[in-house]
Amino acid sequence: MSRVTEVWVGLATCGVAAGAELVYSTFESSLAKHNLPVTMKRVGCIGMCYNEPLVDVVTADENRFTYGHVCPEDVERIVTEHILNGQPVNELLIPADGFFEHQVRIVLENCGLIDPEVLEEYQRHDGYKALQRVLSELTPAEVIEEIKSSGLRGRGGAGFPTGVKWGFAAREPGPEKFLVCNADEGDPGAFMDRSVLEGDPHRVIEGMIIAAYAIGAPHGYIYVRAEYPMAIKRLKKAIAAADQAGFLGENILGSDFSFEIKIKTGAGAFVCGEETALIASIEGKRGTPRRRPPYPAVSGLWGRPTNINNVETLANIPWIIRHGAKEFAHYGTEDSRGTKVFALAGKINHSGLIEVPMGMSIKEIVFDIGGGLRENKKFKAVQIGGPSGGCIPAKLADVPVDYKSITQTGAIMGSGGLIVLDEDTCMVDITRFFLDFTQKESCGKCTFCRIGTKRMLETLTRICDGKGVPEDVANLIELANKVKAYSLCGLGQTAPNPVLTTTKYFRNEYDTHIIDKSCQAHVCKALIHYEIDPSACKNCRLCTKQCPAQAISQGEGDHQEIDQSVCIKCGQCYEVCPFGAITIQ
Amino acid sequence: MIREIAVKIDGQEVRAREGANLLQVARDNGIDIPGLCYHPLVSVSGACRLCVVKIAGRPGLVPACTVEVVNGMEVIAFDEELDSMRRMLIDLLLSEHNCDCMTCESAGSCELQDLAYRYGLDNRTRRFVARERVLPNPDLSSAVLNYDPSKCIICARCIKACDEIQGKGVLSFAQRGLETVVTASLGEWETSECDGCGECVQLCPTGQIMEKRPKRPPRAGEVEKVQTTCSYCGVGCQLEMWVKDNEVVKVRGAEAIPNYGSTCIKGRFGHTYIDKSDRLTTPLIRRNGSLEPATWDEAMAVIKRNVLKIKDQYGPDALAGLASAKCTNEENYLFQKFMRACIGTNNVDHCARLCHASTVAGLAAAFGSGAMTNSIAELEYAKCILVTGSNTTETHPVIANLIKRAVRYHEAKLIVVDPRKIDLVNYATLWLRQKNGTDVAWMNGMMNVILSEGLQDEAFIKERTENFEEFKKVIETYTPERVEEITRIPADKLREAARIYATAETSSLVYSMGITQHTTGTDNVLSTANLAMLTGNMGKPATGVNPLRGQNNVQGACDLGALPNVYSGYQKVAEPAVQEKFEEVWGTKLSPDVGLTVVEIMNAAAEGKVKGLIIMGENPMVSDPNLNHVEEALKNLDFLVVSDIFLNDTAELADVVLPAASFAETEGTFTNTERRVLLLRKVINAPGEALPDWQIICKLAGQFGYSMHYNSAAEIMDEIAEVTPIYGGIHHYRLVPDGLQWPCPSDDHPGTVYLHKGDFSRGLGHFHPVDFIPPAELPDEGYPFILSTGRILFHYHTGTMSRRAEALNAFVSEGYAEIHPNDAARLGLEDGGRVKVRTRRGEITTMVKTTERVAEGSVFVPFHFAEAAANRLTNDALDPKAKIPELKVAACQIEKT
Repeated sequence: MSRVTEVWVGLATCGVAAGAELVYSTFESSLAKHNLPVTMKRVGCIGMCYNEPLVDVVTADENRFTYGHVCPEDVERIVTEHILNGQPVNELLIPADGFFEHQVRIVLENCGLIDPEVLEEYQRHDGYKALQRVLSELTPAEVIEEIKSSGLRGRGGAGFPTGVKWGFAAREPGPEKFLVCNADEGDPGAFMDRSVLEGDPHRVIEGMIIAAYAIGAPHGYIYVRAEYPMAIKRLKKAIAAADQAGFLGENILGSDFSFEIKIKTGAGAFVCGEETALIASIEGKRGTPRRRPPYPAVSGLWGRPTNINNVETLANIPWIIRHGAKEFAHYGTEDSRGTKVFALAGKINHSGLIEVPMGMSIKEIVFDIGGGLRENKKFKAVQIGGPSGGCIPAKLADVPVDYKSITQTGAIMGSGGLIVLDEDTCMVDITRFFLDFTQKESCGKCTFCRIGTKRMLETLTRICDGKGVPEDVANLIELANKVKAYSLCGLGQTAPNPVLTTTKYFRNEYDTHIIDKSCQAHVCKALIHYEIDPSACKNCRLCTKQCPAQAISQGEGDHQEIDQSVCIKCGQCYEVCPFGAITIQ
Repeated sequence: MIREIAVKIDGQEVRAREGANLLQVARDNGIDIPGLCYHPLVSVSGACRLCVVKIAGRPGLVPACTVEVVNGMEVIAFDEELDSMRRMLIDLLLSEHNCDCMTCESAGSCELQDLAYRYGLDNRTRRFVARERVLPNPDLSSAVLNYDPSKCIICARCIKACDEIQGKGVLSFAQRGLETVVTASLGEWETSECDGCGECVQLCPTGQIMEKRPKRPPRAGEVEKVQTTCSYCGVGCQLEMWVKDNEVVKVRGAEAIPNYGSTCIKGRFGHTYIDKSDRLTTPLIRRNGSLEPATWDEAMAVIKRNVLKIKDQYGPDALAGLASAKCTNEENYLFQKFMRACIGTNNVDHCARLCHASTVAGLAAAFGSGAMTNSIAELEYAKCILVTGSNTTETHPVIANLIKRAVRYHEAKLIVVDPRKIDLVNYATLWLRQKNGTDVAWMNGMMNVILSEGLQDEAFIKERTENFEEFKKVIETYTPERVEEITRIPADKLREAARIYATAETSSLVYSMGITQHTTGTDNVLSTANLAMLTGNMGKPATGVNPLRGQNNVQGACDLGALPNVYSGYQKVAEPAVQEKFEEVWGTKLSPDVGLTVVEIMNAAAEGKVKGLIIMGENPMVSDPNLNHVEEALKNLDFLVVSDIFLNDTAELADVVLPAASFAETEGTFTNTERRVLLLRKVINAPGEALPDWQIICKLAGQFGYSMHYNSAAEIMDEIAEVTPIYGGIHHYRLVPDGLQWPCPSDDHPGTVYLHKGDFSRGLGHFHPVDFIPPAELPDEGYPFILSTGRILFHYHTGTMSRRAEALNAFVSEGYAEIHPNDAARLGLEDGGRVKVRTRRGEITTMVKTTERVAEGSVFVPFHFAEAAANRLTNDALDPKAKIPELKVAACQIEKT
């Protein structure tokens, strides 16, 4: 067996949150103790967040052994058994679970494999070769043509063809133009951009430089949310290193093209992901969208032509230049070329970061990559596209994930949030949850979004509270359609999507909430109550001790009883009862 | 080239200017597309979504307010779908609105209420109700307005009004979503930088921001709205006065030339003086040393007896009259006619002597007529604006707005030359801080640079001017380095200013009393004329020499001959043909002798040469220089008559006081600073027995057997037109809606937007070689500080009017001296403490205001405050040509009290 030469520890935010820092330092001291000539490497997120902390033990012949859920206590064992004695600790190794097999990794090519803070690592993986080719071989127009023919579409959500967008900014008069990278990933539960920035920041920077060259912009901004401190730190380091190496600054690689990048941290408003609000925010103004036209390509940042691309879009660029548009277009479907990164979350076994070729079905993603639902619960729906996306029911699980098909369902591709819902999810409640988010994030500028989302939320709350009336659903749909049609920006235009898709696919749940006053998923507290089945109760009183509201007491006979007037429906008794005597009605 | 195009809206073809705003085009053609966030005076945001329409060939639904029309555009503005959207939208707005229309002051003028009515959204048809709504607290802290966020619809019109129209940017949104509120600076209105102009009130579509009034005012439906002209300053803002039961209950800006709805705090909130209880309501006669009420007949008898006595004993030139820059054109015309035709003297002048006498003299000499050459509106489009000696933001606020807009929206370069760091400095490309009273030097220096760098307009000089060679000889000696020694302006900055001014496509020079109120006032004015001619910035739009006239009708009072050397229209009393003409029309013999000016009248009174003085609406006991001397002079008179609306400081010394009507109680015209004759309408009745001044003058003339009878002010204007060529075509019936700018020689003449196109009034423009002469009094060991005086935003002239307005007093209620913090520290003075300011002529005690607006070694004292009157300190040394006193420079000492 080949000698172990490197140990990699996943130290993106997901790893750090799982305790990987301590794992890393334990490895360091253990290796030092044993005086082993092994290199430690901090890598980004490989995507298997469900297995963090992750450690790769790499041998001289580049064999990788991946350990999951590594605790500091496991370290000594891995060091002595595997590194010292060449015996992998099989029980700690991650079993092959199909997670990677169905993925195609273009954007995530290097994530989890390189040290994002070391420029040479990126270069070893063909980093900045695309830039070298562009500057030495291609005119800006040729670059745009290449991207156009690749079929790449904006990964921020709207899916506008990237090459066409570049063309708009390119034809505006310069020299003052701006290239902005939108790293204001605002969807709750989405972390695609964060992972790329943390795991492979140079890739985004290289994409930016190429884009800037194509449109003729000497200035670049990365608008990144302040909640991403690690991404910001790594970006800063990467920009400094690229600058040092001559990839940024004056006369890049000896060409007559110059480009600088500044970082602007955003305060975390969801709406600032919208292009014009983002521009306002960079300018130091209130982050609210403005009317278009003029489009940013004509009049953007400080009134100058501005092109804004999402992190993932830009991260595709170096690969496309290196491998050619044709190779890229080889993946995906007719209208959606290439791959898409998703943050897979919810009631699924393999929650994490994945990259799949466009056109893969929802079912494949959920079951083949995601490993199916937790506890083998029944698959009910996926919520795709973040809070302003929509819910696609299990019966449409064969729908391929591409822009056209997803839009046809009433949802949107969005930036890459994919939340899997099981039978325990109440669709009215989940709709209320998303509306609560968008309503709070509405900037307030336009009337429909400001007030319409609030009125929708109130109606949904009313239905969840068992106070819905039959005409609520029709009113809700009418209001949702108007908010969607008449709002000023994308936030308002998509905020009603959860309402529209759930009323379309799960109308019966609304009806049972309103007419039968019941919630099948047992989520809406106002519509359920707990009871103790006297025949199953063994009178152990665990529930009575657990109840925080003192709602349970000795009943008449040999069983406990719940006082419904005191019960707060927290469900703790249900969880604690060893005999299944507590039932939900 | 602006093209007219055709647009089809709901099948109706309308003509429009290409690129015009679709919503505005629709509304102008009677197609009333609803919209709440749109206002024609501010930028569009398309936020309320009410005006969304469908446009053929364009995807989606577009707010009409964001669309520029193009030829052949086809628009659907109303259909079932859009109606249903609009109904729902208004319903949503109402669901978040505090709909207390029953008691809302805005009812009847509320755009939301109108829409709710239009769409039939009553309590039964409304579908949306806000749950758990807590009404946010109103901000009642401002002295001039109340803000109630519960009635705010987040249209942002107030914010844009404050930022875009007024250039102040005090307001902004805070919070977001449904919690969005308008906030003034960082919190409450009272502690913000709000200066109370009320532009936000003007543009608010609902009852969110409303005027503060001592009692609940009647609502729009209950009042009569009368358009008239503001009584403060020379801008001539058009106001809409809301009247009920003979009371002005509210003032809004009228959307008309020149202000288009804008005003300053004085215009909107400063007219409450008109119904003050201390208005004069009967004539007063001095009996046993005190002024006592009397009848008009008694008062007239006393005047007749005393005036005739003086005239008989000492001749007509022992009498003199002061007309008023606050009174109408018609009244000033009658007053000078009365003094000349009835009394028989040319001793008639008014306080223009103290502000722009040097303008009248200087510009008449250089160009042939002494007035603002161009129009106010042109300023916004000038590519360079040079402002000197004018704190425009405070003295002509609405004009300052346009200067700021020129800089902010039209890429104009602004050069400010001023010893104080005035507000406009914040917008300036360059600020030159000259030493007080060195204006000829820096202007000569600029011209030296222009000539030495060959930036002059040779063609203009050759074709349109004379005496250039003589002038050039003087200029050559003013190198920037020499000028730096005189003025302390760095030579490089002077060069830069010269280049900007000379090379801009259009350069407009704006000045005011910082130029005129010097012993070299006329020289200063001549220098401005030289500068404009040298660069060819004359006789074209957005250029010229633009003196901003200080008082509401100071232009008109001069135009109508309230000056000792000219009849109306600047026709010289010394010219026999002119004299003959007036003798014929007025039916009496007239004096060819030039009369005395204001300061000369006071000197003559002190010397006993002038025995009787008739004053109409002026207050020399505060306004004139060297007040101690004025007081002596007035007390030395045998007989003093004052006609005024209040018993002012001068009236208190009078033998007879006559109660006059205020501007809201009389009719006539004012001529604003851009030579525009504007209508003044009678809004309410005068209190008690008070009469309009024109009627008082007619009454007086009758006492001396000279018949003056007019049925209306319009009749007086007809006589003015007959004898005054520049007003030859001006009649009241022609003044609606926009007034007329003189010269307007005939009834079919459209008026003159800018002067000296093609030819100067005098033929060729005349270059006057002018050498620098230092001010009459400079600091020395005994009086080490330079004292300058002037106006502030919140008060006006002698304070008779403005200091009776609560809103204005809430901002500034007492006088002060601006002193540099370093000087204050050196002398142990504290901000807000007391200080004694002393000159060789007098002393005052006032409040210290430490500020870096003034340079070290300088002191600035506003002159509005009688109890700490700046004019007790000022120097009455005169400009030899224009007889204007040097109010801007004196030497003083300051000391802690």
